[in-house]
Amino acid sequence: MSPYRLSYLKQLESEAIHILREVVAEFENPVMLYSVGKDSSVMVRLAQKAFHPGKFPFPLLHVDTGYKFPEMYAFRDRFCREIGAELIVERNEEWIAKGAHPLKLGTEKCCWYLKTQGLLHALRKHGFDAAFGGARREEEKSRAKERVFSVRDALGQWDPKNQRPELWDLYNARLNEGQTVRVFPLSNWTEVDVWTYIKQENIPIVPIYFAQERKVIERDGILIPLSTVSVVEDGARERREEKTRTVSCRFRSLGCIPCTGAIPSEATTLDELIVEVVHARKSERENRVIDLSSDAAMEEKKREGYF
Amino acid sequence: MPAREKSLLRFATTGSVDDGKSTLIGRLLYESKAIFEDQYAAVERTSRRRGQDGADLALLLDGLSAEREQGITIDVAYRYFETANRKFIIADTPGHEQYTRNTVTGASTADLAVILIDARNGVLTQSKRHGILISLLQIPHLVVAINKMDLVGYSEDVYQEIVEEYEAFSGKLDIHDISFIPVSALEGDNVTTKSHNMPWYDGATLLHTLETVHVAADRNLLDFRFPVQYVIRPHLDFRGYAGRIVSGTIRVGEEVVALPSGRTSGVKSIVTYDGELEEAFAPQSVVLTLEDQLDISRGDMIVRKHNLPQVSDRLEAILCWMDDEALDRGTGYLLKHTTQTVRAYLPQILYRIDVNTLHREPVDTLTLNDIARVAIRASSPLFFDSYRINHGTGSFILIDPHTSNTVGAGMIRGPVQTVDDLIGPLSRPSAQTGKSPHTVWAGWNIPRARREDRNRHQAAVLWFTGLSASGKSTLAQAVERKLFDGGCQTMLLDGDTLRHGLCGDLGFSDVDRSENIRRVGEMAKLFFESGHIVLCAFISPFEKDRAFARSLISDGRFFEIYAQCSLDTCKARDPKGLYRKAETGEIPRFTGISSPYEEPKEPELIVRTDVDTVEDLTDAVLKVLKDRGVVR
Repeated sequence: MSPYRLSYLKQLESEAIHILREVVAEFENPVMLYSVGKDSSVMVRLAQKAFHPGKFPFPLLHVDTGYKFPEMYAFRDRFCREIGAELIVERNEEWIAKGAHPLKLGTEKCCWYLKTQGLLHALRKHGFDAAFGGARREEEKSRAKERVFSVRDALGQWDPKNQRPELWDLYNARLNEGQTVRVFPLSNWTEVDVWTYIKQENIPIVPIYFAQERKVIERDGILIPLSTVSVVEDGARERREEKTRTVSCRFRSLGCIPCTGAIPSEATTLDELIVEVVHARKSERENRVIDLSSDAAMEEKKREGYF
Repeated sequence: MPAREKSLLRFATTGSVDDGKSTLIGRLLYESKAIFEDQYAAVERTSRRRGQDGADLALLLDGLSAEREQGITIDVAYRYFETANRKFIIADTPGHEQYTRNTVTGASTADLAVILIDARNGVLTQSKRHGILISLLQIPHLVVAINKMDLVGYSEDVYQEIVEEYEAFSGKLDIHDISFIPVSALEGDNVTTKSHNMPWYDGATLLHTLETVHVAADRNLLDFRFPVQYVIRPHLDFRGYAGRIVSGTIRVGEEVVALPSGRTSGVKSIVTYDGELEEAFAPQSVVLTLEDQLDISRGDMIVRKHNLPQVSDRLEAILCWMDDEALDRGTGYLLKHTTQTVRAYLPQILYRIDVNTLHREPVDTLTLNDIARVAIRASSPLFFDSYRINHGTGSFILIDPHTSNTVGAGMIRGPVQTVDDLIGPLSRPSAQTGKSPHTVWAGWNIPRARREDRNRHQAAVLWFTGLSASGKSTLAQAVERKLFDGGCQTMLLDGDTLRHGLCGDLGFSDVDRSENIRRVGEMAKLFFESGHIVLCAFISPFEKDRAFARSLISDGRFFEIYAQCSLDTCKARDPKGLYRKAETGEIPRFTGISSPYEEPKEPELIVRTDVDTVEDLTDAVLKVLKDRGVVR
């Protein structure tokens, strides 16, 4: 066997580093979208690797909805401090003040105001021309269609029927006036790859990915921790008589509290977690209410400017 | 954790509508447990709502609502699965000609391609087009999956017929590893498990083929190429060149040269976040530091001193045009090659390739999905290799500076090959370029097809080659008389006629012989375009000259006929006493005596003039013309 053999994870890593460097070399003002989740953690590590021994030359941007888990905020602030990254937090204060909530607005509108609008506003405000995102093609069927360099118009909209051809590893970094680009260095990574890499590279992640005993109520097959149920319900709904039970569970992906449920799990270590993910019979976003609203829910959101 | 790291295979799939591509991929994913229950349930729900039985897996693969509405694949979708030995990235590409640009996007990074053929329909034009694209993109491995075998009764005859038809076609392509698998995606035969319905097939299943195909050897580990992506200077004491090794390997201490400056230095260190390396190889992303302070920036290339790429601002390439706007030869485009972006012009389109038939046709411009051989002039030199030996340094994209769209993708063949490359040294300035300055090719006034219709036969060029006195002219004359008697428009060109007049200024040096053939070829082309069957009888001893003449004529219309005759017979015939003069030295550089004759490698016909009669050989030539549809 040839000694010149690169493991598939190292191949994915090299591909991602190449993408990160291309963007920094070709764009004026790039930014990395940082959502505090596992994919963001991996992306930040890849950025550290791409520009070592220097620091990565762009800030992290967290578009905050105000509905993230407390553990996520704590992790975010500590993590960015420790690695010495510049963190920009942007919130759509107007709609947060108005009390935007999926139960009042519906998940689609709520996402549009707090996430899409918040993001577009932040990109405009800082004049970012390229934004890295941790989205992966494996996650969802419309994401499976997206280029690594995804061009957006002045309103941040994606035109899926008119994507630029993208051959080999030659990325076209030219934009017209007003256009911006979303760049996905993790395009070809799977959920298993991300976890395997986190273990291999010893990358810090938010602890609520791991299972612990939580008091939960169950609605439509989704587990909602009692500690967050008031946020989920926004105080607007009358409390029904629901049985609470104590279940060992974890969060498979992290979003906003009202739209993110837990799944039953015993995985308290990375090894256990990887075994669980490998054998999962349901997709990664099973606990994400926002994807379930319609067959083309994600495509529609992406067309409007969502990641 | 597995004891051995899994390897990675990227493969592209393509096929026509209803070939069962989605079913096939769906089955691969489903059986390797890469479709999740909630996704499957969503597909079942939608299928039911649309009144379909069972789950239509195409709904899962066609990720855009427009695709699901139309039931076709418009853009590439990427899918992921793994087995115990390998991880797979599928680029599921569209089959329609109008989405060719998306097909090549998906196929450009593939190690292997799977083409689907519906056993009931056999080899369609579309199946051939996909083969041509795969050949142009130089994907090293091709699997032809002949699907829906259940619907043809698992018939070995049907399978064999398709295999033979495809092989007859693929022989013309540049694909070296091609395998055929009879499958039924719906029933699962030979997809992941061996079929009991086709005991006559003793090859591997599709999944087994994907798992075992050897791709490591396809990488180029010989030619070290390191395009500099970014210069890392965190502080005054560190200056590192970040990049991805496109090909080859490099060790600390090795001597390298930076292009375009040509300055040499030694590799001081190979830096990564995980520590310094003694040696690095493709496709690793690393940072190199050098012993000396050189002025190196993005777009430069670091290579080994004794293994240099080609450096030129003129090159020739196969170009896929991908924009709705036609190519404008007056416009400068941006050309991105490795990490370098330069301005580029396309002064010449040599020919367009008909992607359904491989025919070459002259064109003035290129429109969406056209594939052509072009000459390119860049504003500064590029450091490249031919795409065939190095995809990374042999590929480029063209960007429209006004719309910023990616309008073309190119595969470099090499530095420009103009006529002077074909005819040799620079002795005849007027013949060096394919066209005179300030002239524009405007196309023929009356298209050849209209003339052919009136003539009731096709135009063709019959090129008779062979030693002097081998009987070329005699045979050509006999064939021409028969054709003329049959009502065909004909013209016979032979050496003696042309050297009285048009080529009267030429002697018999190698350069002059080449120029003679160039003129004959151009002349034959004029008659050809006017609808004639042109018979050319020339010794034409050099392969490259005959290839040039062939390149001027549409594919399938050039017939190289080798008049094979032993030298002794030719000498014995010697009707003009030329051999005698050559042997005494009175005629220098005489083919067969003091100048070589390069035998045709793949002539359309070989005639043995020292064995068969002129009548028999005439019939043989006419039969070929009938078989190929030139005459009725």
